[in-house]
Amino acid sequence: MSPLTFFPLAALIVACALGVILNLHPIRSALCLAMTLFLMAVMFVFLDAHLVAALQVIVYAGAILVLFLFVIMLLNLEADLPQKRRRVLTMAASAIGVVFALLSLRPLFFPGGALPGPGFDAAVPAEFGTATGIGELLFTRYVLPFEITGVLLLVAVLGAVVLAKKKLV
Amino acid sequence: MVMPDVSWAVLLPTLLITGTGFAVLMADLAVTGPEKDGLGWIGLIGLAVAAIASVALWNTAETSFAATIVLDRYAVFFNVLFCIAAGLTLLMSMDYLGTIDLHSGEYYALILLATAGMFLMAAANDLIVLFLGLETMSVAAYVLAGIWRPDLRSSEAAMKYFLLGAFATGFLLFGIALLYGAFQTTALGPIARELGASGGLQRVLAGGGMALLLVGFAFKIAAVPFHAWAPDVYEGSPTTVTAFMAVGVKAAAFAGFVRVFMHTFAAFAVEWSAVLAVMAVATMTLGNLAALRQNNIKRLLAYSSIAHAGYLLVGMVAGTPAAGAAVLYYLLAYTLMNTGAFAVVIALGRRGEPNESLDDFDGVGMRYPLLGFCMTVFMLSLAGIPTLAGFTGKFYLFSAAVQQGYVWLAIIGILNSVVSMYYYGGVLMRMFMADGGKDVQGTAHRPYLAATIAASAFGTVFLGIFPSWAYELAHAAFLSLR
Amino acid sequence: MVPVTYYIALSVILFVIGAVGFLIRRNLIVMFMSIELMLNAANLAFVAFSRQQLAMDGQVIVFFVMTVAAAEVAVGLAIIIALFRHRETLNADEIRILRW
Repeated sequence: MSPLTFFPLAALIVACALGVILNLHPIRSALCLAMTLFLMAVMFVFLDAHLVAALQVIVYAGAILVLFLFVIMLLNLEADLPQKRRRVLTMAASAIGVVFALLSLRPLFFPGGALPGPGFDAAVPAEFGTATGIGELLFTRYVLPFEITGVLLLVAVLGAVVLAKKKLV
Repeated sequence: MVMPDVSWAVLLPTLLITGTGFAVLMADLAVTGPEKDGLGWIGLIGLAVAAIASVALWNTAETSFAATIVLDRYAVFFNVLFCIAAGLTLLMSMDYLGTIDLHSGEYYALILLATAGMFLMAAANDLIVLFLGLETMSVAAYVLAGIWRPDLRSSEAAMKYFLLGAFATGFLLFGIALLYGAFQTTALGPIARELGASGGLQRVLAGGGMALLLVGFAFKIAAVPFHAWAPDVYEGSPTTVTAFMAVGVKAAAFAGFVRVFMHTFAAFAVEWSAVLAVMAVATMTLGNLAALRQNNIKRLLAYSSIAHAGYLLVGMVAGTPAAGAAVLYYLLAYTLMNTGAFAVVIALGRRGEPNESLDDFDGVGMRYPLLGFCMTVFMLSLAGIPTLAGFTGKFYLFSAAVQQGYVWLAIIGILNSVVSMYYYGGVLMRMFMADGGKDVQGTAHRPYLAATIAASAFGTVFLGIFPSWAYELAHAAFLSLR
Repeated sequence: MVPVTYYIALSVILFVIGAVGFLIRRNLIVMFMSIELMLNAANLAFVAFSRQQLAMDGQVIVFFVMTVAAAEVAVGLAIIIALFRHRETLNADEIRILRW
C-alpha cells in the first residue's frame, strides 16, 4: 500500500474512532463505529486479507453493530449531557493517553532491525487470505481453538437468554 | 492438507467436563422448579469422573492438536484443584439457591462450562487456547454474577465485572498480537525458545507484548492497581458465585499467569519480577488495610482475597521451582479455606435475610458451636496461624522468597499477615465474645451446606498438619513445565 | 510501500483511543463500544503482521477474535438490558449502590 493511500485512510479511521468516543449521543457513536469498521475492512483488503475483510463487514458491522443499535433503540436512549463535573478527570485521562501513545510509538521507529519474514515487498501467493487458505488452517492447525469457540458461543447464548428473557427463571 | 495429531487422552478431562455441562442442559429440560437442584448431582458426578481421569493421567507429558494443548502434571494438578473448587461450589449451591428462590438449571451448566474453560487455561500450550479458555470462563462468570435477577446488586456486579473484564481482555489480546508479530507464532514453546535471542524491533514488540499480558493477567487476579472491581463484584454476586470466583477463577488466572510468565517468559524474569514485586507489596498492603475498614463480610473477604493474591505474587517474584511449588500449594490451601469461609457466610443467612453485616455475627459462635469452630478454622488459616493450611502455605512462599534474597518482601508479607490477624480475629471475637440475639438458620435443613463446611474444614486442618504430600505433588507439577 | 511499523502505530493509536474512551465516558454503551475499538486495534495488528510474514495464522486468529467479540457483545448487552430493567438509567455514575 503506498503512503498516498495509507495516510488518508488512516486519518479517516482515527477521525471516526475519535467520533465514537467523543459523540454525546450513543446513536451517533454507533454510526461512527460502523464507519470505523468499514474503513478497517478497506484496510484489510489492502493487506490482502480478503476473507477477514468480508467477515469484518458481515459479522462485525453487520451483526455486532446491529445488536448495539437494537439495544440503543430498545432502551430509547437519549443524548448524554456534556459532563462539566468530570473535566479534570477527562483531561487527565486524555493526557495520559496521548503521552502513552507517543511513548509507545517512539520505539517502533527504531532503525534497529526489521522483523524476520518476507515483508511487504514479496509477492503474495494466490491463496493468501482466501477462504480456502484460511479454511485449511482452521481445520488443521487450529481445530482445537475452533471447537473451543463453539463451547464459548454456547455459553454466550445460554447467558444472554438467562439474563435477558422476560420471564424470571 | 496435514491433519493434526489427535491424542484424546490429552483432551479427556476437558471433554468430560464439557460433556457433563451438556448433560445438565439436557436434563434441565426434564425437571422444573425446586427439583432443579438435583442437577447439581450430575455435575458432581461429572467432576468426580474428570478428577479421577486427570489423576490417572498424572504421568503423561504430551502435547496434542498441533501442540496447542498439553497435558502435563501441572495441568493435572490444576484440574483436580478446579474439580474441588467447582465441586464444593455445586454442593453449597444445591442448598443456597433455594434460599434465594433461584431455580435455574443453567446455573449448574454455567459453572461446569466455566470449569471447562479453566481446564483449558491450565492446559494451554498456545496463547490462543489460553485466550479462548479465559474467555469461556469469564463470559460464564459474568453471567453467573448477574444470575440473581431480582436483586439489583447482582445486576450491577455483573455489569462492573463485565466491563472491566472486557477491558482487561482488550489488553491481553493486544499483547498477544504484539507477541505474534515478534515471533510469528502464538505457541508457548517457540516463544520461550526465541525470547532470549531476540533483538531490535523484535525485542521491542516482545517487551510490549509482555507488559500488556501482565496488565491483562493482573486484572484477572485483582492485583493492585487493577483491583477496583473485586469488592463490588464479590459483594453483589450471589454468595456461591462469589466463592467460585474468589477461588476457581483466581486459581485459573494464576495457572495461566504462572505458566506464561514463570515458564515461557523466563528469559525476561529479571524485568517482570521487579514489576511484580512492586505489585505484590501494593496488593498485600492495600488488601489488608482496606479489609480492616469493612463492615460487610463479603467485602471483607473480597479484600482478603486481594491480599492473598499479593502473597501469591511474592512466590512468582522468587521464581524458583520451590517458589512455584509454593504458589501451587497455596492455591490448593486457599481453595479449601476460602470456600469454607464463604460457606459459613451462607449458613448465617436465611431466605430474605442475607445477614452479611459483621453485626450479624455477634454471638453466633456461642449459640452454634460447630459453626463457630469451623469458622475459627477458616479465619485462623487465612490469617496464617500454625497447624493450619494457610500457615504452611505462607511458610513455603516466604521461605522461597528468602532463599532467593527477597528478604524484604518476605518481611512485608509477614507484617501483612500480622495485620490481617486483626480483622480475621475481629470476626471471631464477635462470634464468641459479643452478645447478639440474631437468629440464624445455620445448617439446619441444609445438609449439603453442612457437608461443604465440614469438608473444607477437614481439608484445611489436614493440609496444615500433613502438608508435605501436597507440597511434593505441587513441586512435581511445577517441574513438569516444559 | 508502507512498512509494517506504520500499521502497528495506527493500531496503537486506535487502542489508546479505545482505552481513553473507556475511561472518560460514563455511558455504558459507549464504554462498551470503546472496548470494541480496542479489539479492532488488535485485529489490525494481527492482519498487518500476517501480511508481513505471508502466513495466514494472524487472519485465523482474527476469526477467533471476532467470535469472542460477538459472544461478549451478546452477553454484555444482555447484562445491560437486565440492569436497565431495574434502573431506568445507563449512566455509570448513577449506578452506585455498591461503593466503598
